[in-house]
Amino acid sequence: MRRFSWFNATSLTLGFAFLYLPMVILVIYSFNESRLVTVWAGFSTKWYGELFQNKDFLNAAWVTLKVAFFSSCLATVLGTMAAYVLVRGGRFRGRTLFSGMIYAPLVMPEVITGLSLLLLFIGIGLDRGILTVVLAHTTFAMCYVSVVVSSRLVSFDQSLEEAALDLGCSPFEAFRLVTLPIIAPSVISGWLLAFTLSLDDLVIASFTTGPGATTLPIKVYSAVRLGVSPEINALSTILIALVTVGVITASLISKRAAVAQARDERAALQQ
Amino acid sequence: MRRFTLISVPYIWLLALFLIPFVIVFKIALSDAAIARPPYLPLLEFSEGWAGIKAFFSELDFENFVWLTEDDLYWKAYLSSLKIALVSTLFTLLIGYPIAYGMARAPNEWRPTLLMLMILPFWTSFLIRVYAWMGILSTEGLLNQLLMGLGLITEPLMILNTNVAVYIGIVYTYLPFLVLPVYAALEKLDDSLLEAAEDLGCSRFSAFWLVTVPLSRSGILAGCFLVFIPVLGEFVIPSLLGGSGTLMIGKVLFEEFFSNRDWPVASAVAVILLLILIVPIVLFQMNQQKQQEAGK
Repeated sequence: MRRFSWFNATSLTLGFAFLYLPMVILVIYSFNESRLVTVWAGFSTKWYGELFQNKDFLNAAWVTLKVAFFSSCLATVLGTMAAYVLVRGGRFRGRTLFSGMIYAPLVMPEVITGLSLLLLFIGIGLDRGILTVVLAHTTFAMCYVSVVVSSRLVSFDQSLEEAALDLGCSPFEAFRLVTLPIIAPSVISGWLLAFTLSLDDLVIASFTTGPGATTLPIKVYSAVRLGVSPEINALSTILIALVTVGVITASLISKRAAVAQARDERAALQQ
Repeated sequence: MRRFTLISVPYIWLLALFLIPFVIVFKIALSDAAIARPPYLPLLEFSEGWAGIKAFFSELDFENFVWLTEDDLYWKAYLSSLKIALVSTLFTLLIGYPIAYGMARAPNEWRPTLLMLMILPFWTSFLIRVYAWMGILSTEGLLNQLLMGLGLITEPLMILNTNVAVYIGIVYTYLPFLVLPVYAALEKLDDSLLEAAEDLGCSRFSAFWLVTVPLSRSGILAGCFLVFIPVLGEFVIPSLLGGSGTLMIGKVLFEEFFSNRDWPVASAVAVILLLILIVPIVLFQMNQQKQQEAGK
């Protein structure tokens, strides 16, 4: 019998309060009339208005979205290939080095990754800008994608692929018709993860960016270093709202998909 | 042929954008700073043929590493990063374990929601979560207002721009990294083992110490490494919440690079940080492998 004691209830309440209270406070104070962020002076949405007037922030947001879109798409393709090679590729020369290069970026401090990529770009004479940030983000995000996708590849029945091959599929057709539909949810969550990582990254982008390619985190960081500002509170609130809606929608969709799949399986069994 | 393409595309990408950059960092760590573009010497001149390559290698030396041991800023920063990472990992464990335990004990129908609530901060910007504490911890901030309102203190406490704020920020942002693996280990725990321990005369508390804690050991280790390793090179938290007295190696590296523009020393700092990280990373990998084998 599972016992849920008062101690468990208290630690959960306090724990989640600790996790969420700072963000709730941030959201509340974004509606504060006063510029002094710590003094409540009445409800107002004026900081949102000012935020949308601010061309710098809008430009930075656009750059960030472009970088996140291109790098997450590239990272998803490369990461899925890497996962397939790791799980289904069998033995090949340099496999240990390959898996090492997949896992190392996950634990590498961002300052080192950023510094090394910058030195590479300078070494080969590539001008820093949106392209270099996309290349940098793709490199670390593909490793996350490949970890997410390979955990799904490991757990699914390889005989399905073999059956497709026996029935006359080419290896590529077997991948497209059998493997890809099964691993699709993990590929999508890998893409989402890559997209968020890119949106969120400050350190690697600071190293690899150039003039005209200031991303939103770099902009926020330089504003925040001078202290708390109500525009940043408003911006944070918008980002928190987007993430919350996104995560809740995704979990509802996956729940509904699971229910539908269970129903289909039952229906198939009854026939 | 297809297989070859499939392997070589991600392989070459990682070689070019992950491995080769490290070789470059190592090479520049052995060079000397110079007022030039790029700001280091020597440069490899292939045009001069073999003599150029030989001249290039003869000018590389370990001067920057010697410099790192002589200037006490650097080794103090390494030591202080290690201390901050160690202490904050411990605090994260002390706060995170009861949360993971509560999640694992919670009724089945609550668990997906609790899990989602724990994962949600992952998707929220790291920078914003650190920034949220700036308004709370500053001298005119909410925490000081609350404490003064309650009459607990008369003078506002200086928390922001001290190491205390850095600890709070680290525990806050890295808490899910610890809770999730510990929860995964606790969730698999068979309740009948606890019942058996109690039937054999253990108190609830000693059953917890003798059964639950040892069986969640791999989760605890994984969680601790997931906090300790990235905190060691952390930059955002010490630079926003810490003060001038907060020494962390990630911050030193960043400033060495952007403010002093001393690329060879910044590269040497990175090489040493990497060497320090090898031990915990290898231990982490061993723990993960053991866990996978135990799972089979």
